[in-house]
Amino acid sequence: MVVEFGPDSLPGLSIGDAQICLLERLCNACAVSGNESEVRQIVLEQVRPFASEVRVDALGNVLALRRGQIRQPLRVMVAAHMDEVGMMLMDDEGDGVFRFELIGGVDVAHLPGKSVYIGRAHLPGVIGRPLSFTADEDQDTEVFGDGPDNKIPLASLRIDVSPDNAKKVKVGDYVTFTTAFTRLGPSLRAKAFDDRIGVAILIELFRNAPPNIDLQAAFTVQEEAGLRGAHVAAYALDPQLALVLDCTPARDLPHWEVDSAAAGCENALYNTRLGAGPAIYISDSSTIHDPRLVRHLVETAEALGIPYQIRQPGGGGTDAGAVHRQRTGIPSVSVSVPGRYIHTPATIIRLEDWQNSLRLAHAALSRLSPAILDIER
Amino acid sequence: MKSFLQKLVETPAPSGHERLVREFVRAEIETLVDELTVDQMGNLIARKGQPQAAGLKMMLIAHLDEAGLAATHIDEQGFVRFLPVGQLTPINCLGSRVQFLNGAQGIICAEQLTDENKRLTFDRLFIDLGLSSRADCPLRIGDQAVLLQPFGEHGGRVTGKALDNRAGVAVLVETLRQMHTRQFHSLHELYFVFSVQGQVGARGAMTAAYAINPDIGLAIAATPSGDAPGGRRPGVRLGQGPAIRVRDGGTIFDPAIVDWMVRTAEATDIPFQMEVVEKEYTGGRAIQLSRAGAPVGCLSLPCRYMHSALEMMDCQDLQNGTRLLIELLGRPFVAGRSNPL
Repeated sequence: MVVEFGPDSLPGLSIGDAQICLLERLCNACAVSGNESEVRQIVLEQVRPFASEVRVDALGNVLALRRGQIRQPLRVMVAAHMDEVGMMLMDDEGDGVFRFELIGGVDVAHLPGKSVYIGRAHLPGVIGRPLSFTADEDQDTEVFGDGPDNKIPLASLRIDVSPDNAKKVKVGDYVTFTTAFTRLGPSLRAKAFDDRIGVAILIELFRNAPPNIDLQAAFTVQEEAGLRGAHVAAYALDPQLALVLDCTPARDLPHWEVDSAAAGCENALYNTRLGAGPAIYISDSSTIHDPRLVRHLVETAEALGIPYQIRQPGGGGTDAGAVHRQRTGIPSVSVSVPGRYIHTPATIIRLEDWQNSLRLAHAALSRLSPAILDIER
Repeated sequence: MKSFLQKLVETPAPSGHERLVREFVRAEIETLVDELTVDQMGNLIARKGQPQAAGLKMMLIAHLDEAGLAATHIDEQGFVRFLPVGQLTPINCLGSRVQFLNGAQGIICAEQLTDENKRLTFDRLFIDLGLSSRADCPLRIGDQAVLLQPFGEHGGRVTGKALDNRAGVAVLVETLRQMHTRQFHSLHELYFVFSVQGQVGARGAMTAAYAINPDIGLAIAATPSGDAPGGRRPGVRLGQGPAIRVRDGGTIFDPAIVDWMVRTAEATDIPFQMEVVEKEYTGGRAIQLSRAGAPVGCLSLPCRYMHSALEMMDCQDLQNGTRLLIELLGRPFVAGRSNPL
């Protein structure tokens, strides 16, 4: 049985104040890979009223089932990861100054001078960088001493919580950015849109699950540390196919560097563009997405007039990398909301991309039938 | 075998899009096996034989796919930027013709190199289809291409793209053909797996190994030879027989299996070479690490200029590889003296 509908016929599928408030709570929560409990609590509270079954597995994944309402529904896993990139205190150097390590692919260039929260109590701190000056006598300018190629080495940075709070934090404490969620007209700015936007979309899908599938929602852990939660979740759920929701870089600003050979040339390495709709994956570094599912997503978008874009092949990865290789192989595809400045303290997304991603995901799930797997890959 | 190998090599099937070569292989082996399935990753799995008391459940694997290219951007003038899918380097595809799966053809060119000392990278390459503008281009982002190179014969040696691993596929098919012609029944319950996505990390092998859960695995792979100028020393050489691999970048092969392969080759006068490889790995790794694990071996076929637009192999090595494989399938696998397993 296939449910057909137009973009406006399901009020539950719109982004309104309730959805924006929930996303704000999700983004402001601190949940670095391995320490997802703040987000897990929000997720459990949101999905419990709608779930046939909910459990939290050994790694902390939330696995929630919403049964279909037809005979022999397709078993579909939909995944979004709860963790964000962050840091961890490594070495206490005294007086509230700590060396720290990265968790996930944080861009070190974005760290100096940023404010951070540490530990369960969200104690405030600053990432500081001892400066070294090299005065260039000819040009009378000050040049900051850097590593080779002007790259800032992580080893030169410290987290400073001030001596007063030194006793309240310890080695092993998790550290996150402090960016507060805010709306900027058609855009939203927050930390951790990767992948709280996916979590928010999955919660909406779970609330409005289509009747033709058993929806196995997997709110996964430790994606940024190597797709680990998804690896075990896929084994446990053993779905017939999987849809993975994530947030992927939009590097769509023009080339501004003055000296680069690329200055003034077309940007050919944008990955995705803001405002161009949900990004459907062909392949990334960990997955060649199932062409049957890619085709299904594209056909669904075109049939319903939902804007979409194809993410440039190569680079990056999603939970699909772990899911598709599990057991005897699980046909998988990813769809992401584009975001500028992912893996930095502040990311920007467009509300319309969020809306269209939700619509596309819901429509694609509603139009699935077991026959899609009868065609050989 | 040469003309069959040519057809295999000329069938475009990059990682993730193996359908065409899978269909070709399926048509060739349909009547030679007891059961054929295609799994959800696209692996072609053929069973020959039944479980037997004196035998093992054996999984033989060769990957169907070749390295390819994926279009990442079409610029205003219709030039196509791309990234490799699989093991290709910029210098190895510069100048090659390519063919997209929808039939469009072009050539791989490079931006004018102003600094000759700068290493060539993929973002300086592009495909020229001879167009004037983006509107003329019949491609979309994500479209896949393979290298287009003529198959060549040089006496007993052949050149072509995708000899890695169409040669391995040819050896497995030829093994099935000969078993059928000679009414030869193996002691073992055999699973011939023509796997997908081998070029991107033996991904099809993982799921096939999980499904089959074999007692023992054998990978048939191409291996880089060391016998061209500037080649690795020591290294295997073309024309000296198939190589029995002891260790590679992903697997330490079971010494009992290595021993079994060596003794069989010696007993039947089949030429062979021993090899230790630094970086490559095979589907054997996936079999060894699947579920609770299984012992694995690797039979490899020496190949010059691997991962480039044109590779070279010796047909005698393929024939001898097939001979050795058939001999192995007819023998019980007995743990060697050196192995406590």
